[in-house]
Amino acid sequence: MEKFTTLKGLVAPLDRANVDTDAIIPKQFLKSIKRTGFGPNLFDEWRYLDHGEPGMDNSLRPLNPDFVLNQPRYRGAGILLARGNFGCGSSREHAPWALQDYGFRALIAPGFADIFYNNCFKNGLLPIVLDGNVVDRLFKEVEAAPGYALIVDLAAQRITTPSGEILPFEVDAFRKHCLLNGLDDIGLTLQHRDDIKAYEARRRMEAPWLFT
Amino acid sequence: MTGKTLYDKLWDAHVVRTEPDGTTLIYIDRHLVHEVTSPQAFEGLRLAGRKPWRAASVLAVPDHNVPTKGLEHGVTDPVSRLQIETLDENCAEHGITEFKMNDVRQGIVHVIGPEQGATLPGMTVVCGDSHTSTHGAFAALAQGIGTSEVEHVLATQCLLQKKAKNMRIRVDGAPAPGITAKDIVLAIIGRIGTAGGTGYAIEYAGSAIRALSMEGRMTVCNMSIEAGARCGMMAVDDTTLAYLKDRPYAPKGALWKQAVAAWRELKSDDDAVFDKEVRLNAAEIRPHVTWGTSPEMVTTIDGRVPDPAQETDAVKRGGMERALSYMGLKPGAAITGIALDKIFIGSCTNARIEDLRAAAQIVRGKKVARNIKLAMVVPGSGLVKQQAEKESLDKIFIEAGFEWRAPGCSMCLAMNADRLEPGERCASTSNRNFEGRQGQGGRTHLVSPAMAAAAAVAGHFVDVTKLQVTSSK
Ligand code: SF4
Repeated sequence: MEKFTTLKGLVAPLDRANVDTDAIIPKQFLKSIKRTGFGPNLFDEWRYLDHGEPGMDNSLRPLNPDFVLNQPRYRGAGILLARGNFGCGSSREHAPWALQDYGFRALIAPGFADIFYNNCFKNGLLPIVLDGNVVDRLFKEVEAAPGYALIVDLAAQRITTPSGEILPFEVDAFRKHCLLNGLDDIGLTLQHRDDIKAYEARRRMEAPWLFT
Repeated sequence: MTGKTLYDKLWDAHVVRTEPDGTTLIYIDRHLVHEVTSPQAFEGLRLAGRKPWRAASVLAVPDHNVPTKGLEHGVTDPVSRLQIETLDENCAEHGITEFKMNDVRQGIVHVIGPEQGATLPGMTVVCGDSHTSTHGAFAALAQGIGTSEVEHVLATQCLLQKKAKNMRIRVDGAPAPGITAKDIVLAIIGRIGTAGGTGYAIEYAGSAIRALSMEGRMTVCNMSIEAGARCGMMAVDDTTLAYLKDRPYAPKGALWKQAVAAWRELKSDDDAVFDKEVRLNAAEIRPHVTWGTSPEMVTTIDGRVPDPAQETDAVKRGGMERALSYMGLKPGAAITGIALDKIFIGSCTNARIEDLRAAAQIVRGKKVARNIKLAMVVPGSGLVKQQAEKESLDKIFIEAGFEWRAPGCSMCLAMNADRLEPGERCASTSNRNFEGRQGQGGRTHLVSPAMAAAAAVAGHFVDVTKLQVTSSK
């Protein structure tokens, strides 16, 4: 996994609540058996005016000029500012893969759906929860100032705005450690192989029907 | 010391080790796998030179991509076929049991797990699919996971997780005839919202829940994720045990007795404390219909499409306006006045035998309305289909003008050929009315199987509880 330490990123605002993973990456793109290449189809149904299918040349498709990511001022954005319950619905990890592949490294919202939140950390994508009022204010600031960028410092757990304001955020110590160091958590878990085996042996005695 | 909730008990029984910040390794007893969220996980294993820790804990089935008609031609879409073949190869390589496309036991993963007795009380169950919450109906800790976690569970038999908070939703009282588990869970989501359960493990309790069959309980737990909760669960009782007895994967003989003794403990202690409690009166629940593009955008059959102008929260108002424009609905329109184009009876929420019986009872001897372009029934599994055919339910549906299909996810997410065309409006027994879920531009209204059947006959939504009163005279 790619390390995440600090990031200075242009902010793109996606001003709607309950953005589901079906919207982030529609199902027709889930037929891929790879982890990469989903970026061009991120938010496909909102981003293009035609119907997208796998295998199309996305550079030839008509863009929806009203969709925020198609506005020139947000080109190259690294941070997505979103509303509550972002990433709800399907557990598809293709959603963080698509966000990542598009170029986002951090997401800011008043709340994320549980499975999506978890999936982000496994892919070097940092989801940051900020208070709803703060997020609301950030939406206004982004709107008002083209080129609006934030600095995210994971080690210090803080965001710096263009005016120099510091916004602290919470993150689990374990997840932070993995992200800062780009650690693969399967490798970490396998260091506890003996604990898993001991658990299994005990459980096999207590509940043998689980091991038939 | 205060007592433990059911979730506390299930959690505690599976802790392998805990980090200082509370991150915990929990052991996984059952891993269900389907073709869409697993290929990258198996590929990851292969690249790292790893093997599944306990292949016997895994049960695999293709469901999302499988065609529901013309099966004799195989899977014609090459991309879908590759995904299904990849699952077949991965299972063969690692000695994982798979119910392949031609196996009568094949079906939607959340239907076949319980049907086979592969989901048992006290288990931790995971699947790379958010509706894994379904299996919580058996007092299991059942959660949807992402593909990285699928790989993690394959490689280590464990999941890394922090414990959630406890929420109890009590539904007491007797629902009116015609009110189903689907109406109960839509009422719950209408109450707490789609993020209401975020960060919680939900336990459903109360007399109305206890009175549900196992299939009804699965319908309720299935939609926990639509309320934001990764898992929903219910205590073990005689209904649970009666359902499981003699299922293929359930323990037999002395082992069954030993298991039952342990399972009887799988309920919250009387003095257990919940972080949040919600109560609903079942007697007040009416048939529910969603009007928007999120399951919380729901009202009753007597209701009207709400007016965004009345909403004071700007973000919510914007969401409502977008939803109404997407759905092609006007504020104040009566729900009963909404005419439909398609009817879908299926999905892991409502494609079990009792769902099909409830729908068949409504359409028996009647015809699908003229304005309905397609009405389809997609059984949840090959065994559900077989049982329905034994009861001649297929004939009732076909005579009424429904298509009787082969099992799979089908138009619940439209990954195969079954889908809505732009602008088409559908009464669906599935679980998500998101934009584009059933096909780009398609408009989904979530309802119970009985409500979908009644809508098929009328051509628009009707109050199924009134229908039943007339037909019983
Ligand atoms: S039926 Fe629908 S919700 Fe259920 S597993 Fe299949 S696609 Fe997912």
